[in-house]
Amino acid sequence: MGKLYDKLLEDVRFQEGVSACINCGTCTAICAAASFYNYDPRVIVDTVQSRDEDEIKDLLKSDTIWYCGECMSCKTRCPRGNAPGLVIMALRSLSQDEGYFVESEKGRQQLFMKRVIGGWILDYGYCLYLEGIGTNMYAEQGPVWDWRQKFWKEHLDRLGGNYKGEGPGILRKIPEEALNEVRKIFEVTGGNARFEKIEEFSKQKAKELGLEFGDGIDNEYFSHIYTHNNNSHNRE
Amino acid sequence: MKVEGKQAIWKEYQKEIADDKYFYVRSCVRQNFFPGSETTFLRIMRDELGKDVFENPCHTTCTGIGYHGDIVPVDTMMTVVARQFALMTEAGYENLVPSCITSFGIYTEVLDTWHHFPEVEEKVRKYLKQATGREFKIPKNLAHASDIIYKFRKEIAQKAKFKLVDKETGKPLKVVDHIGCHYAKMFPDKGVGGAEYPYVLTGMIEEWGGEVIDYPERRHCCGFGFRQYLVQANRGYSMSCSHKKFESMEPYKPDLILTNCPGCPMFLDKWQYAIAELEGKTYGKDGHGIPVFTYEELAGLVLGYDPWDIGLQVHQVSCEPLLDRIGILYDSSKKYSDKNGSSLGVPEKPINLKI
Repeated sequence: MGKLYDKLLEDVRFQEGVSACINCGTCTAICAAASFYNYDPRVIVDTVQSRDEDEIKDLLKSDTIWYCGECMSCKTRCPRGNAPGLVIMALRSLSQDEGYFVESEKGRQQLFMKRVIGGWILDYGYCLYLEGIGTNMYAEQGPVWDWRQKFWKEHLDRLGGNYKGEGPGILRKIPEEALNEVRKIFEVTGGNARFEKIEEFSKQKAKELGLEFGDGIDNEYFSHIYTHNNNSHNRE
Repeated sequence: MKVEGKQAIWKEYQKEIADDKYFYVRSCVRQNFFPGSETTFLRIMRDELGKDVFENPCHTTCTGIGYHGDIVPVDTMMTVVARQFALMTEAGYENLVPSCITSFGIYTEVLDTWHHFPEVEEKVRKYLKQATGREFKIPKNLAHASDIIYKFRKEIAQKAKFKLVDKETGKPLKVVDHIGCHYAKMFPDKGVGGAEYPYVLTGMIEEWGGEVIDYPERRHCCGFGFRQYLVQANRGYSMSCSHKKFESMEPYKPDLILTNCPGCPMFLDKWQYAIAELEGKTYGKDGHGIPVFTYEELAGLVLGYDPWDIGLQVHQVSCEPLLDRIGILYDSSKKYSDKNGSSLGVPEKPINLKI
């Protein structure tokens, strides 16, 4: 048995997600990602079941594992009760732990997720904290979003919000002691270690690609991973 | 809608929903995109139904978007969830009510994992103790906020000022529902009606006078896909999923899309705007879009709440043509005002999407 397969087996989602797949392809038929990308969850589960170390390593370095939208439609329909979406989550975790994620265009985007979503979680206690996030980055949000951004606090007050306020309510200021508990949880459970690996491997990759790397979102590498698409991913 | 055959079988896919004393945990997406919906939920629960809903300001995100964006490890997510359980336990509550479908899916996944792997629960208990000193009890009941509205849909109907009926023709409005993937796709028996013939929103629509339209892509994802929407380079995936749904529902001429998950209404609203501006295609009547409401907004409307109190002004697709058909009165001059009634200006008009 290979080293990478052993590591996958340590992930409880992998244990839950696959048990003697019969390769029927029902997951692929229902998969939202497979109708858009060159993507086939049946093949992924087949590759993992092969326990072939080289093939699993190739998978971890590929764009393929990053196409899934984690809608979990596969779980509903699998006649064996498997969840290829959970297998994907285990593969993505391993890809980041081993540093393989930076070898693919889609995998490199994890730095965006870490800095933006991860930053909001640790700084504010929310997955999303959207004041100042404009239509320059999310054009489809449209003119009503521009209006909301202009009057962020005023319209939250109008709709019963408690923006940055004390006590309960919508987008309240989560007390510092609560945030410190969350930060400590990240420290003792491996959350910070994951974040540090994403930063470390991304920095190495930026150097290799000759792209400027810095903190925050205003640097060449970050802008590249947020926008670059080599247009080879979609189903024709 | 006549319920027979398979639909009748799946309708029996019911779940236990607590009837009072709820510990409420908010949604990151709903707070940012549909703040009026959470306000409306609490108004209905407390003022209309007289229920005890408690919120501890120290609760946080469940890390859901980070977890499904794969930056947050599973142990970290489970320990943050355990902390929410601890806050609930310390407050003396047993019934957990998340406002978010991603959170609901995560809580369900955690409880299922601990059921199958008790050693994982023990590990998480140790992590939580080490990080925070806290301990917790497993919730006695887990229900999404929409499950609660579903449970009390008849009580809401009794208090309703409006029905989901065209005031001119007397015919029921045609509504499509979208329950959100993580409500029941992972654990169908934890959602009212399961994943194939979901009943949580359908029950509200039927009780309040509307007609539910089943259409081929009813169960397809809205297209969030977490990293698929958030990263610009992947966003075509998101738009393509919503587009697939719009094209599939268009022949049935729905009057309204009703949603369960906090993210889906945003995508189904904004992608209609983007498709209109990019392609000139609109899916509603006369160049309008199809309005997309949250279940809280719809409950508030039938109860006669002011549309601008419940937050319909934050939608890009305009709600007014539908309000006119139902006969709901509103003051257009107050749509974009602050809490004191002073104008905050007016958003620019889209080029193609009629508002």
